[in-house]
Amino acid sequence: MHFSHIFKSKKIAQSTAFALFLAFFSLNVSAHPASEAPVSTENHATAAADGAKEEKFDITGFILHHIADAHSFHVLGEGEGSISIPLPVILWTDNGLVTFMSSEFHHDDQGKHIVERNGQRFVNYHEKIYVASATPNAHGEYVDVDAKHKVANVMPLDFSITKNVFTLIFSAVVLIIVFVRVANAYAKRKGKSPKGFQSLIEPVILFIRDDIAIPNLGAKYEGYMPYLLTIFFFIWFNNILGMVPIFPGGANLTGNINLTLVLSVITFLITNVKANGHYWKHIFWMPGVPVPMKIFLAPLELMGIFTKPIALMIRLFANITAGHILVLALLCLIFVFKSAFIAPVSVVFVVFISMIELLVGFIQAFIFTVLTALFIGLAVQEHGEH
Amino acid sequence: MDLFSPSIGLIVWSGVVFLTLLFILAKFAWKPVMAAIKEREQFIDDALNKAELAKQEMARLTAQNEDLMKQARSERDEILKEAKTLKDNIVNEAKTQAQTEGAKLIEKARIEIENQKKAALAELKGQVSTLSLDIAERVLRSQLDDKAKQQDLVNNLLKDVELN
Repeated sequence: MHFSHIFKSKKIAQSTAFALFLAFFSLNVSAHPASEAPVSTENHATAAADGAKEEKFDITGFILHHIADAHSFHVLGEGEGSISIPLPVILWTDNGLVTFMSSEFHHDDQGKHIVERNGQRFVNYHEKIYVASATPNAHGEYVDVDAKHKVANVMPLDFSITKNVFTLIFSAVVLIIVFVRVANAYAKRKGKSPKGFQSLIEPVILFIRDDIAIPNLGAKYEGYMPYLLTIFFFIWFNNILGMVPIFPGGANLTGNINLTLVLSVITFLITNVKANGHYWKHIFWMPGVPVPMKIFLAPLELMGIFTKPIALMIRLFANITAGHILVLALLCLIFVFKSAFIAPVSVVFVVFISMIELLVGFIQAFIFTVLTALFIGLAVQEHGEH
Repeated sequence: MDLFSPSIGLIVWSGVVFLTLLFILAKFAWKPVMAAIKEREQFIDDALNKAELAKQEMARLTAQNEDLMKQARSERDEILKEAKTLKDNIVNEAKTQAQTEGAKLIEKARIEIENQKKAALAELKGQVSTLSLDIAERVLRSQLDDKAKQQDLVNNLLKDVELN
């Protein structure tokens, strides 16, 4: 277990996540003063936002827009004339399933363009699909927005192939093609040394097996290898794909909390379904400590069952999102200073940060995999080392 | 906050897609890949073990050869040594034999010479006595008329005899 001692302490893992979280927020906060808050969220709804103040660049809105999910895959340009790849919108409404292409919104995400299907009217407001109001509000938006910027309209269940879902499926297809081909290469060159792409992948597979699975899971490692390998390559590939600025990259998939939630829930389920009596005994009736301590520790340990996957979820989300925000914020400097001379500085920094992000992309995939292996290992090991 | 807003669509899709990915990769990629890697590692381990065994066998054979060589060498040395002592013995023997033989011959020759000398002396003595008798006879014949002369003659003869 030569990695596990680093991550063994939940405290370290959680404090790391917390520190990254803080870093992420502080970054977000520091982005606010730069925008001078004229077009920040509050003012956005007011009529005065238009006109002279629109000259100011809304850095927060810009960044959040870019790291958020979207119903179309934006490629180039702004507004009506922009080029974007339409994606299917799939809605589950009270009247059944409704599907149409996102191009029917005509690049509108301000709730101004209504799409009618099955006698229902839908609008895209900040990349969320709402049932349109009967009449537009003061800004021509067919939504009811209250003072706290909360939308009152009904939201149908949205199962659209959004930018993130598209990337999800795309990456899955790419991974399947790549690894099935690698598997075929193994079948074709049976017992021989790896060649080509196979030899690129094999060290990584061996790394996961020898440095992640075996130290944490011991003899039982083989059953968990498919999950560890899949999760590692899936996260790694998507982290890197997210760094590619043009289609089909650029979606902030692994920096989306919904995806990291799903991944950590799967780890949580595997951990707790596979857990043996030894593990549960350590949670509810810690051996080797006095009875009052046992009673005191039980709720803490029970909480630990949930904090472990939550830390997993937030760590990946925060790291990848922070990377995207950093890159976008640096690029925004050009627009904040309204000077082309700042561009070289921005670009140098963005390239530098992108290099780091490539490293972070690997490290986060690695950490997620190591922690998954560690959690499963703790749950299935026969004899505790306490 | 927008970043944390749950999206049921993405949750469902990512669950479905990820589990499908996991299933497909596990069945069609990881299983054959891991099996192939394991098989190859087994093969490499076996090959290494075999190589190690072969190496040990080789070392054993080399050691054996070395032993044989050593043995052969020592045997050869022994044979050579034996041959040498044998030769020395023969030479020494021959030498002593030759010496004794020579000594014997010399002795024989010496005895022969002695004998010859004795014989010659005896003969000489005989001849001398005969000669002296002859001389005496002749002297006696020629000088018997003169007494003094006879006496002188006898004296001279005796003197000569003594000289001999």
